[in-house]
Amino acid sequence: MNRTKGDEEEYWNSSKFKAFTFDDEDDELSQLKESKRAVNSLRDFVDDDDDDDDLERVSWSGEPVGSRTRPGSFQSLSDALSDTSAKSYAPELGRPKGEYRDYSNDWSPSDTVRRLRKGKVCSLERFRSLQDKLQLLEEAVSMHDGNVITAVLIFLKRTLSKEILFRELEVRQVALRHLIHFLKEIGDQKLLLDLFRFLDRTEELALSHYREHLNIRDPDKRKEFLKTCIGLPFSAEDSAHIQDHYTLLERQIIIEANDRHLESAGQTEIFRKHPRKASILNMPLVTTLFYSCFYHYTEAEGTFSSPINLKKTFKIPDKQYVLTALAARAKLRAWNDVDALFTTKNWLGYTKKRAPIGFHRVVEILHKNNAPVQILQEYVNLVEDVDTKLNLATKFKCHDVVIDTCRDLKDRQQLLAYRSKVDKGSAEEEKIDALLSSSQIRWKN
Amino acid sequence: MAFPHRPDAPELPDFSMLKRLARDQLIYLLEQLPGKKDLFIEADLMSPLDRIANVSILKQHEVDKLYKVENKPALSSSEQLCFLVRPRIKNMRYIASLVNADKLAGRTRKYKVIFSPQKFYACEMVLEEEGIYGDVSCDEWAFSLLPLDVDLLSMELPEFFRDYFLEGDQRWINTVAQALHLLSTLYGPFPNCYGIGRCAKMAYELWRNLEEEEDGETKGRRPEIGHIFLLDRDVDFVTALCSQVVYEGLVDDTFRIKCGSVDFGPEVTSSDKSLKVLLNAEDKVFNEIRNEHFSNVFGFLSQKARNLQAQYDRRRGMDIKQMKNFVSQELKGLKQEHRLLSLHIGACESIMKKKTKQDFQELIKTEHALLEGFNIRESTSYIEEHIDQQVSPIESLRLMCLLSITENGLIPKDYRSLKTQYLQSYGPEHLLTFSNLRRAGLLTEQAPGDTLTAVESKVSKLVTDKAAGKITDAFSSLAKRSNFRAISKKLNLIPRVDGEYDLKVPRDMAYVFSGAYVPLSCRIIEQVLERRSWQGLDEVVRLLNCSDFAFTDMTKEDKASSESLRLILVVFLGGCTFSEISALRFLGREKGYRFIFLTTAVTNSARLMEAMSEVKA
Repeated sequence: MNRTKGDEEEYWNSSKFKAFTFDDEDDELSQLKESKRAVNSLRDFVDDDDDDDDLERVSWSGEPVGSRTRPGSFQSLSDALSDTSAKSYAPELGRPKGEYRDYSNDWSPSDTVRRLRKGKVCSLERFRSLQDKLQLLEEAVSMHDGNVITAVLIFLKRTLSKEILFRELEVRQVALRHLIHFLKEIGDQKLLLDLFRFLDRTEELALSHYREHLNIRDPDKRKEFLKTCIGLPFSAEDSAHIQDHYTLLERQIIIEANDRHLESAGQTEIFRKHPRKASILNMPLVTTLFYSCFYHYTEAEGTFSSPINLKKTFKIPDKQYVLTALAARAKLRAWNDVDALFTTKNWLGYTKKRAPIGFHRVVEILHKNNAPVQILQEYVNLVEDVDTKLNLATKFKCHDVVIDTCRDLKDRQQLLAYRSKVDKGSAEEEKIDALLSSSQIRWKN
Repeated sequence: MAFPHRPDAPELPDFSMLKRLARDQLIYLLEQLPGKKDLFIEADLMSPLDRIANVSILKQHEVDKLYKVENKPALSSSEQLCFLVRPRIKNMRYIASLVNADKLAGRTRKYKVIFSPQKFYACEMVLEEEGIYGDVSCDEWAFSLLPLDVDLLSMELPEFFRDYFLEGDQRWINTVAQALHLLSTLYGPFPNCYGIGRCAKMAYELWRNLEEEEDGETKGRRPEIGHIFLLDRDVDFVTALCSQVVYEGLVDDTFRIKCGSVDFGPEVTSSDKSLKVLLNAEDKVFNEIRNEHFSNVFGFLSQKARNLQAQYDRRRGMDIKQMKNFVSQELKGLKQEHRLLSLHIGACESIMKKKTKQDFQELIKTEHALLEGFNIRESTSYIEEHIDQQVSPIESLRLMCLLSITENGLIPKDYRSLKTQYLQSYGPEHLLTFSNLRRAGLLTEQAPGDTLTAVESKVSKLVTDKAAGKITDAFSSLAKRSNFRAISKKLNLIPRVDGEYDLKVPRDMAYVFSGAYVPLSCRIIEQVLERRSWQGLDEVVRLLNCSDFAFTDMTKEDKASSESLRLILVVFLGGCTFSEISALRFLGREKGYRFIFLTTAVTNSARLMEAMSEVKA
C-alpha cells in the first residue's frame, strides 16, 4: 500500500510512460516539471492505495486510454492534465480525503495529530482515558493548527462531561479560545453560556446573551428579550446602556404605531408633506431624536415622541441636542425654530445668541441644508474668531460679511482682492467701490 | 516622477505559475465528478476564481449552470451539484438544507463539496450532524496563493484577521504554512528567515515541520528569494488605521479594490455605465502613479494628457502612407492610453470631490496630531463631533482606535463619554463592537494608574495557577500595552522636518503619509534587514510585547546568489495595506532590494473596523 519515493520514481520512468519523461529539457515541458514539483509537494507519500489501476484504465472523458494518441507537445498544463499519465502524478488531489479511513489503532497522540493536520479522517475513539485525551489536546496545541485543535475539542466535547471539559480547558487558554469560537460558530449558545458561567466570566456571559437580540426580528419580541437582559451582570456602565436600549425600543414601538396611524389617516400636514422614508424601529437614539425634531418638534414634554422628553429620558447632552435639532429644523427650512434654538434671554430680558456647538458648526450645518445666504450671513456674523468668520463668509459667498469684515479690519488689499470675486455691476461691487473710494477709512495697507 | 527600478534591481520570480497550478487543480477536481453538473460558487470565491479561470473553461469541463451560494433554495435541475465554498459552517448548513430537501422529495443526485483552500473538521462535523455525511463527497482545492500583481500574492482570506486577532482561532495557520511550503517548493529554499509576532512564530514552526516531513524537494536547489520576513498585523495596528494618501491606497479607501480590480462607477467613467478595471503593473498609467502621493498625481496625469495630445496632433500634416502607419501601429496604443488616462483622471476627480466634502484636510490634521501626540484634547473633541454628527460609524471607530493605540488606551472619562455618544449615534448594539475592540486591544481604557500590572503580577504569584489564568485573562488588554509613543521615539517614526516635506522627491518612507509618519511595520522590516537580525532592537521588541516572538533563522548563504539576496518576501499575517506596499517599494528602490508581498488579504482601516463590528442580523 504505502508506496515509497523510490517506487514513485520507478513509476514515473516505467516504460508505460515513455512518451514523456520528466527528464526532458524541452522548454514547454519545463513548466510542467515545475508544476509537477509543486503538485507533488502537496501530496502525501504515506498512503496511496492501488486505485491507480482505475486511473490507468479510464481517462477523464471516460474513453479507454489506449485509444488516445499522446501528442508530443503540450499546449498547456490543463491539456496535459487531461492526459492520464499526467494525471497519475496527482491522484491524491482528487480523491476525497474523507475516504482515507484509518483503521490503525496504534498511532501515538503525536502521530494522530499529524495525520489530522493532513486532513485525514482518523479515529480518536481509542483515546479513552482522560490522560490520553489531554495528551492529544496538548499535542494539537503544540502543533499550532487550529483546525486540529478544534477536531480534538469536538471529540472531547462528545466524550467528556462538560464539567470535566470546562475544568481542563480553564487552564488551557489556547484550547479554550478555540472551543469558545467553535461554540459561537455552530451556535451552541447554551453550552457557551454554561462555559462562561463556569469560568465566572460574567461580562462575556451577559454580552453573549445580549447578542441574541440581533436575531430577533419582531420588535415586540425583541423588546421583551431586551428586558431579560437588564438584570444581567454587565459592568455598571453597560447596564445603563442596556437599560437605554430597552427604553429606546419601547419608545420607538409606541411612536411607530402612532405615526403610522397618523400617516395613513392623511390628516397631518407634516406627514403629507414629508412622507416617512423608513420606520423608526431599531434606529439609533440620535436618529430617533432627529425624527422627533422633524415630526414632533412642538409637542409638549409629556408625550413620548417629543424631543424634550427624549432629551430628558436619555440624558442627551445639550450639544448633541442642539446639533440634531438644528439639522432637523434646517432641513424643514424652519428658520424661526433655528433662531429660537440659539436665543437666550438673560435676567434683564435682553436676548443674546449662544450656541453650545460654536457658530462655525452652525453655519456648516445650515449650509449643508441649503440655507439661503441671508440666513447663513446672520450666523456667520456670530462667529467670534475673525479669521474663521472671514473664511466661512468667503466659502459660502456671504459678500456683505466679507466686505464689512475687511472694512472693520481696515484691510484694503483683501477688499481689493475680493472685488474680483463678486459679479460685475452687482450691488456688492458698488459697495466695495464706495468703500475703496471713501476718505473716511484709514486703511492699514 | 514615477518610480523606475534601479538597473541593478533583481528580477522577480514568475508567479503566474501559481495561477496555472490552481486552475489545473480545479479542473482536475471538476473532472472528478464526470458529466454535466451545476456549480454553486460562494460569493467570496468568485473574484479569485475570475482571476484564474473563466466560464468557458468551466463549461469545457461540463459545468452546466453557475449559481451563487445564497440563502435561497436552489432551482437547479441538474443531476449533479458541485459546491465550491470556503470552509464555513453556514455553507454546510445551506448544503445540508438542499440535500435534505432532495431526500424528502425522494430525489437522488450526486453532490460534491470542494473546500477552498482547505476543509475544516468543524464543517465535516456539521455534515455528519445534518445526516448528509457520505451523501456528499468532499474535496479540497488548495488555492491559497493568488498573484494579484507581479510582486503581490494574496491568500484572499480577510477572515484571517478576525479569526485570529479577535477570536484567537489558529485555523488558518496551517493554510499559511502550506502556502509557504508551496512557495519554497517552487522558488525556495529561503536562506534567511525573520519574523515577529506570536502568529508569525507559529506559522513559521508549522511550516518548518512540513518541510522536515517532506524534505528533499528543495534540498540542493539554489534559492531564488534570499529573505523571508513574517509579521503579525497586531505588531502594527497604527499604520493600518491611518487614512491612505498614496494613489493606490486612496483608490482602495475610496472605491475598494477587490481582488486586484475596482468598480469605477458612472461618476468616474463619465458615462452611464460602471466599469470594472484591473489595477496592476500592466496598466501603464496606473503603474506610474500607484505609489505616488496623491498631490503629485494630478500634475503627472495632466503632463501625460499633454503628451498624448501632442502624439495625436502629429496626425496633422501626415501623408496617406504615414497616416496608414499611424493608424495601424500607434493608434491602438494611444487609444488604450487615452482610455486609461481618462479613467484615472475621473477617479482623481471623484476622490477629490468626496474628500473635499468630508473635510479631509481636517481629518488628516487630526490623524497627524494623534501620531505625533500633541493636542490630544483637540483631537478628542474632533472625534466627538465626528460621532455626534453621525459622519460615519466606521470612520468614528477608526479614529477612536487610533487615539487609543497611540495613547496607550483612553483615559476612563473619555472612554466612557465617547462610547456613550457612539452608542447613541450609531446604535446600542455596538456595545458588542466595543467589547470586541477591547479584546483585540484596539480600543482600550487606561487603567487608573499604572499600578495594576504590578498588582496583577503580585496577585498571580499568590494564587493558584487556575485563578491566575483567570486574572491574566481579565487583564489581558492591560498586559498588551501598545507603547506606541515609546516605540515611535526609538524608531524615529516621526521625521523631523525643516521646512516643507517635498512629496515630489520623497526622502524616506514617511512620504506615504505626507511626510508625517514612517509606517512602523516597514521600519521594523528595514531595521532588521539592515542588521540581518534583531540585534540591538531588544528594547523595541520588548515594547512591542514580542520578546518571545521575534526570531531569526539563517542558513549558510554560499548557494544564494547576490541577486537573490536582494529579493525579500514579506508575509503579512492579518493583512497589509497599499501604503505599506508603496513604502516598501520605495525602500527597495533606495537600497536596491525588491520586495515581494504575501498577505492573508489586502486590508485598510475600514476593513479592519468592519471585521470588528457586530453587524445587524
